[in-house]
Amino acid sequence: MGRYVIRRLLQAIPVLLGATLLIFAIVFALPGDPIRALAGEKPPSPQVVEVLREQYHLNDPLLLQYWYYISGVLFRGDFGTTFQNVPVGDLMKATFPTTLQLALTALMIQAVIGVGLGLWAALRRGKAEDTMILASTLILISVPTLVSGFVLQLLLGVKLGLFPIAGTSEGWYSFLLPGFVLAGGSIAYLTRLTRTSLVETLRSDYIRTAVAKGMNRRRVVGRHGLRNALIPLVTFLGADLGNLMGGAVITERIFNINGVGSLLIRGVYERQQPIVVGVVTALVLVYILANLVVDLMYAVLDPRIRYE
Amino acid sequence: MAKTKNDLLPSEGGFGNEPLLAVDNLHVEFHTRAGVVKAVNGVSYSLSAGETLAVLGESGSGKSVTAQAIMGILDMPPAVIPKGEVRFRGTDLLRLSEDARTQVRGQRIAMIFQDALSSLNPVFTVGWQISEMFRVHRGMSKRDAMKKAVELMERVRIPAAKQRVNDYPHQFSGGMRQRIMIAMAIALDPEVLIADEPTTALDVTVQAQIMELLADLQRESNMGLILITHDLGVVADVADKIAVMYGGRIVENAPVHDIYKAPAHPYTKGLLESIPRVDLKGQELYAIKGLPPNLLDMPSGCAFNPRCPYRQDNCVTDVPPLHEISGVRSSACHYWREVLDGS
Amino acid sequence: MSSSVASPPQSGGRHQKKQNDKPASLWSDAWYDLRRKPAFVISAILIGVLLLMAIWPTLFSSVDPRACDLSVARQAPSAGHLFGRDNLGCDVYSRTIHAARNSIVIGVLTTVLVAVIGGLLGMVAAFYASMTDTVLSRLTEIFFAIPGILGALLIASTFRDQINSILLVIVSLTVLSWPMTFRIMRAAVITAKNQDFVVAARALGAGPSRLMFRHLLPNALAPVIVVSTINLGVFIAAEAALSFLGVGVQSPDISWGLMISDARDRFLDAPLPLIFPAVFLSITVLAFIMLGDAVRDALDPKLR
Repeated sequence: MGRYVIRRLLQAIPVLLGATLLIFAIVFALPGDPIRALAGEKPPSPQVVEVLREQYHLNDPLLLQYWYYISGVLFRGDFGTTFQNVPVGDLMKATFPTTLQLALTALMIQAVIGVGLGLWAALRRGKAEDTMILASTLILISVPTLVSGFVLQLLLGVKLGLFPIAGTSEGWYSFLLPGFVLAGGSIAYLTRLTRTSLVETLRSDYIRTAVAKGMNRRRVVGRHGLRNALIPLVTFLGADLGNLMGGAVITERIFNINGVGSLLIRGVYERQQPIVVGVVTALVLVYILANLVVDLMYAVLDPRIRYE
Repeated sequence: MAKTKNDLLPSEGGFGNEPLLAVDNLHVEFHTRAGVVKAVNGVSYSLSAGETLAVLGESGSGKSVTAQAIMGILDMPPAVIPKGEVRFRGTDLLRLSEDARTQVRGQRIAMIFQDALSSLNPVFTVGWQISEMFRVHRGMSKRDAMKKAVELMERVRIPAAKQRVNDYPHQFSGGMRQRIMIAMAIALDPEVLIADEPTTALDVTVQAQIMELLADLQRESNMGLILITHDLGVVADVADKIAVMYGGRIVENAPVHDIYKAPAHPYTKGLLESIPRVDLKGQELYAIKGLPPNLLDMPSGCAFNPRCPYRQDNCVTDVPPLHEISGVRSSACHYWREVLDGS
Repeated sequence: MSSSVASPPQSGGRHQKKQNDKPASLWSDAWYDLRRKPAFVISAILIGVLLLMAIWPTLFSSVDPRACDLSVARQAPSAGHLFGRDNLGCDVYSRTIHAARNSIVIGVLTTVLVAVIGGLLGMVAAFYASMTDTVLSRLTEIFFAIPGILGALLIASTFRDQINSILLVIVSLTVLSWPMTFRIMRAAVITAKNQDFVVAARALGAGPSRLMFRHLLPNALAPVIVVSTINLGVFIAAEAALSFLGVGVQSPDISWGLMISDARDRFLDAPLPLIFPAVFLSITVLAFIMLGDAVRDALDPKLR
């Protein structure tokens, strides 16, 4: 187990450095004047130009520039500053918890609905319920967040008045509808994955053994089957947390939620590349971290990996 | 030996000479997209306490499907059992409710499978899997059940059982895993043990050890053993009688020594001649020509006729009945006399 | 009933009339299955109509999508303007029809680029193995660590105003998406590589390019085609998302995402200008994903 953990940690480091370098390079290493790209159309004042040159070490080679940036991020939590000299880290600190709450709400919703529907479909394989669930996953996957967000906002929020239309003033309750919208496609994937996983597990030899041991169906499915079928589901859920945080950009915009996604869009509109790079870098860190946690959970769930 | 039984079934055969287990005219079909596969077509065999029956046949002959029908572990659908009985101590298992059958499975009729690695649950320790029998069926506490598991692992001769009881299946060798399967199967002293190709996946030396273990355990507990195999070599030492299956039917029934001495069916004969023998070293090995029958589209008449060196015209038109040769022998060949004489 | 598992005897399918081992019959079998699937027929018809709409929009609408009149903004649907008018007084129906072209162009070009780049690299990695494979595989791991929409957003927002917005969307999506096709192609080629006929071809002295394109590609193509079909729908949705966020297609070009973005401010009192493009977008995505599902089922009967 220990060696497995260490190996995974070591494997994550090049990915982390590579991904952040890629982000950094896309934004700062382009042909043309980076300051122009940084500041957009409005010609920046000489002072600003100087600050930016200083801040991003633009006179140094790219790799060195990157090193200054990433070491600041990793060791001091310093994500640089905006053109107004506000630390990007502070802006994110104010918005991150909101997005995390939204993503966790979405994760819960998809775990409950996705796993529930998937199990139901698997146990009723080939019957009407199964067909209907599979058809509805197709629709869930196909309707973009962009569409489901506005439609549900109009129907459930405005017409029926069941949920708040925007903002987060009603606490966790105001996260339910955006959480569902954000979870949308993932619910469908998880449903399909759960179904496939359980169907495949129930086909395996050790399930036949459990039946031959005289275990009743409840125990065969619930204890012998589910324990194995769960492994890929946990993996998917963990990895999806990172995706949900990233995908929250659109949901936050539809429901006027002030999270990192909104911060990112603000960066895009105001052409404040330090914000854009900072937010994307932070989300990539979350994504890599979530995947690392998944790898570790995998080892906890599957003894074949634990005792490699 | 004394056993405590549940009351769902009579504990002793109450029907005169009724054997421990009797399969009678069993038919099993699979209803698939490609059509109806007739996997088992009227199989009958019986087993007494302390007896070993070897069921011999190639894959697709219906030998495993018959065993799964006895256990009640066929997937239904696609499997259908249109006809036949499986009598255990006189009671037809096929007519029992699912609950009643669950009480028989594992406790009174147990089964072990070919591939022990895939047949053991990878995420539970072997101790957990063995002790589950005691916890679920006997209501034992975790601790007591675990103690029983260690005892059983010792009984199937797994070294350092106490230390290894908390290991996972993948940490054992192939032979040790099959021992664990056996330990699980004999946990509640079943009256019948069905072993479906228990040694096929193992090295030759390990094969012999497992067969020896099965024979020893059988002697100790006087259980009936059904040994399913495609390998005539495996059964010679342990079996009392042999049922040879081909195309979903029994083609020959005989005490083990008779069959080796003089087979009464061309298929059995072919099987015996295709065993490599030291005394015939250097000669070309015999192989039965042709392919096993397509169960979706069986040959008319005798299923073996396209591959049979004894074929006559009526083999293509008439299904041969099981001719009685003696009280203990029978052969489903129109020309069993010729086959018997020719060998 | 009894619960568990027993497979029918193996010889059951041995003498079936259809032979499944040659790729040619895999495709003809798949085609045979597909034509009988309602999901395939429906999605094919939908896609046909969409393609027609993209190629020849005036067939569906004679109204100029850019003829706008602020004085009739948000006018309700009428006979001449089936979907009503948007915030700027433009005809929603005509704009919705004309937007199909950009979505289809972006979807198709991105899909082709991703399939070609990811596919070629995947094949090269699997074929040459060793260092080539290691380097390329590590590289894809790096790309995988950047959630798709974020990476595309980053590229699109950085290069905004510097190149054509439609081209930029295609490039942004391609850069972030090729690794998935890479992985699928790589896995498929590795499997195909070890099949007897490829080993035989290699033993007979077939050169690398002949091995790759004559022997490996046909046998590794099926999974790539499936994922590409599904991707097409995903890319169209991604384009809409980028346009909605303001970094995708830019006015005066027309796009469903852009229409949704424009209608957003007055959505709660005038929902129709948003709903119509939203419905078209969803149906388009649905059509391609449904097609991908059907093709996968036909090509991989095991998954049924």
